Amino acid sequence: MTETHQYCTFYAAGHYFGLDVMHVQEIICYQEMTRVPLAPPVVRGLINLRGQIVTALDLRRRLDLPDRPCDQLPINVVVQTDDGAVSLLVDEIGDVLEVPETDFERPPDTLTGPASDLILGAYKLPHSLLLILNTAKTVNIAAVVRVSP
Amino acid sequence: MNEVIREFLLETHENLAQLDLDLVQLEKDPGGTETIARVFRTLHTVKGTAGFLGLPKLQAVAHAAENLLTRLRSGEMAYTPVIASGLLAAVDAVRKMLDSLEKTETEGDDDFGAAIATLEALLASGNAEPAPVLVESIPVPKCVTTVLPTEPAAPVPPVAISTPPSVQPSAPVPAVTPAIVPIPAVAVEAMPVPVVAERTRSPNSQSIVSSEVTEPRATAVSDSALRVDVGLLDKLMTLVGELVLARNQIMQFSTTQEESAFLGTVQRLNLLTTELQASVMKTRMQPIGNMWSKFPRVVRDLAVACGKQVHLEMDGKETELDKTIVEAIRDPLTHLVRNAVDHGIETPAQRIAQGKPAEGRLALQASHEGGKIIIKIVDDGRGIDPHRVREKAIANKLITPEQAERMSEREITELIFLPGFSTADKVTNFSGRGVGMDVVRTNVEKIGGTVDIHTKPGHGTTLKMKIPLTLAIIPALTITSGGDRYAIPQVSLLELVRLEGEQAQKGIEWIQNAAVYRLRGNLLPLVYLNRVLQVEETRVDGEVNIVVLQADDRQFGLIVDAIHDTEEIVVKPLQKQTQGVTVFSGATIMGDGKVALILDVLGIAQKANVVLSIRERGMADKAAVADTVPKETVLLFSTRSGERMAVPLASVARLEEFPRSALERVGKRYVVQYRGQILPLLDVGKALGRKKKKTPSASRQKSSLPVQVVVYIGQDHLVGLIVGQILDIVEEAIVTKSRARRQGVLYSAVIQEKVTEFLDVEGLVQAVGPDFFDSTPVDVYS
Repeated sequence: MTETHQYCTFYAAGHYFGLDVMHVQEIICYQEMTRVPLAPPVVRGLINLRGQIVTALDLRRRLDLPDRPCDQLPINVVVQTDDGAVSLLVDEIGDVLEVPETDFERPPDTLTGPASDLILGAYKLPHSLLLILNTAKTVNIAAVVRVSP
Repeated sequence: MNEVIREFLLETHENLAQLDLDLVQLEKDPGGTETIARVFRTLHTVKGTAGFLGLPKLQAVAHAAENLLTRLRSGEMAYTPVIASGLLAAVDAVRKMLDSLEKTETEGDDDFGAAIATLEALLASGNAEPAPVLVESIPVPKCVTTVLPTEPAAPVPPVAISTPPSVQPSAPVPAVTPAIVPIPAVAVEAMPVPVVAERTRSPNSQSIVSSEVTEPRATAVSDSALRVDVGLLDKLMTLVGELVLARNQIMQFSTTQEESAFLGTVQRLNLLTTELQASVMKTRMQPIGNMWSKFPRVVRDLAVACGKQVHLEMDGKETELDKTIVEAIRDPLTHLVRNAVDHGIETPAQRIAQGKPAEGRLALQASHEGGKIIIKIVDDGRGIDPHRVREKAIANKLITPEQAERMSEREITELIFLPGFSTADKVTNFSGRGVGMDVVRTNVEKIGGTVDIHTKPGHGTTLKMKIPLTLAIIPALTITSGGDRYAIPQVSLLELVRLEGEQAQKGIEWIQNAAVYRLRGNLLPLVYLNRVLQVEETRVDGEVNIVVLQADDRQFGLIVDAIHDTEEIVVKPLQKQTQGVTVFSGATIMGDGKVALILDVLGIAQKANVVLSIRERGMADKAAVADTVPKETVLLFSTRSGERMAVPLASVARLEEFPRSALERVGKRYVVQYRGQILPLLDVGKALGRKKKKTPSASRQKSSLPVQVVVYIGQDHLVGLIVGQILDIVEEAIVTKSRARRQGVLYSAVIQEKVTEFLDVEGLVQAVGPDFFDSTPVDVYS
């Protein structure tokens, strides 16, 4: 019996991503956001999550993917971090998948850019690749700010 | 962590703070038997519990200290500073072990043999015999044993038993004996809480109880108080914050309703919420005395180490502050107190030589003032010598000797707040380690407070901290900029100015790219919030809203798109993804449930260059200090040949910028059409007869640029002065004047460290030619 992992899956710019289900607090539909002027572009705004103020980060921008069309409202994937909850804005939500570890493979060395640092690896699913994100690194944008002068 | 150990740590830490106070108190009043009894009891409890928990080292240290105290209590030995130091060292050893216990659940590897040896040596030096144990003479223990039916199963170490209750009929112990005799058994049963609390800790109930009953009064207060986890209070605070927000939402909603029963309920909810909020805030309030309690010890240790005598006074201990603020000012305050003892107060010999009492005075004062807490640290020491500060600042290259020459004593004093400044010649154990006054100021400013210093060489120094009462829920003004709402903390708010109609167009004047508004005769620098935030402008034409704010000691006007009302907001910190944005200090949830950012007024002022560094500030404030010379507000500009000149601002009508194409030639002169009239222009540089220093290519490049014109109000004419660049507007006392060396100049003076010539416009006009105005008469007040 091989070990399996559960992932919360979602889509962004046509890619299929997964986060460790244990890190995901909840999924909520689009919320009105308050933008934060002068903040890094990846910060799309602040949302009121039942009285808690949560920073919303755009996953597309985090991964240097093109912005989503204006008419498409993002979905909040709220993840738990050491610094409280943070929301990741994604295009569409998928299922919670249980995948066997044997299907996992490290990303190829040819993967460069911000994604190489954030993607732990891929699960080879029949219809596509499920890219697993490192939760802590994905929400830690201090690193991004430092890189771009 | 083991619940018993946790409980022990909590209690012992609390007791140790009191212990420090008591030991220092004893030094002043060695005969304070009640104090000795309290110290004894605390140490005994520590010893007992340590034995119960199996902590031999802790027990040994406490035991040694306790032995010494037994002698003191019985009057066989007198309390001396040497003994005090020994006991304090023991307290430190205990503290160290507690810390280790907290971290590793063991006593740690340190050997406290030295501390014990010191105590034993002290004990040996007192020549009295061990006191005989006379438990029978005390009536109380009997009834106590009924209260304490069983001892804990833990092994009772022999050490604990050897401690004699200090009652001794041979030596007269006035305070202990009378305290014991009148207490009937009922009294002990009537206060079972402390006794039972002791039970688990004490392997030796008799001596515990005997010391317990010497002080029955102390228990009454602790009975009515409850120890609550701070985390729980924080949670309560958050919940009340949410409630306040929900209340605000309902209040907003209720304005659309007409049902009277509903409106009545809303009103009641409003009142209750406000009251609840106030009560919960109060639970977070701590008397500042709690924090101050460590200072007697700090001051004492430091004074002994420096060979000084310091008398510490504390005034306003009961003044209450929010817990978070207490935490925030703990370090700055400690630093200031240390500074006062280490640098401020002189040695007894020096003091006597100056005709002061040998004992220096250090006072801590706390009070409320206009919604803020004022904390003063006053010493009567040597004060701050401006000459030494100046030398040090020059030596550390913080200022140049030339700059120092021009600085007032007050400005020099302010230099101690610069990073990297220390007057301590040598690094002592206590100060001069680089954590300077700049850190103090930064920390206090971080929580919205300020620090001021007043010093009189030879007479002492007063440091004044102004601190806001609380941080969690604050009144704030809500405004709009770029379509988003922002909150501005009310503490920074001075006034609101609204310009309408013509005022909106004319009220704001420009000095190059800097907007100003004349607020009651003073120029108020203006900052456009949407430009600072780099968001679009959504301002309605024909109206300007200026929020006048105080940042540090500067005022500035923030131009916003719209001003709403004030409301209580709950400050929530920003997450780390947005913490780098210095113009915001937090966020809050508004009545409608949307998030609004809280503006950091100081951050905005810094971003917009309103607030300068301390050094620059010192220069600019020079005028305020030199109060014997009346201040003048002058406009500084450079001529097109680069000379630095000034004219009184009172004579300046406006500052204009004309495209070069607007200049027209009439005869020999240039004029420009200005507000339907013809304004004669005078090139200041040329009129003064200086040749341009520029190379031809530079001048050609310049010729495409617009012309800067100062519209000057002459005796009965307007004159357009063509200048190279507008530099600044300064309000300054013109101290150094020297006679003019050429025509067209009234005199020279030093402004902002530079020699500046004051332009004699009338003289210049006459020099250019009597026909200057002939062709173009204009009415000044058209």
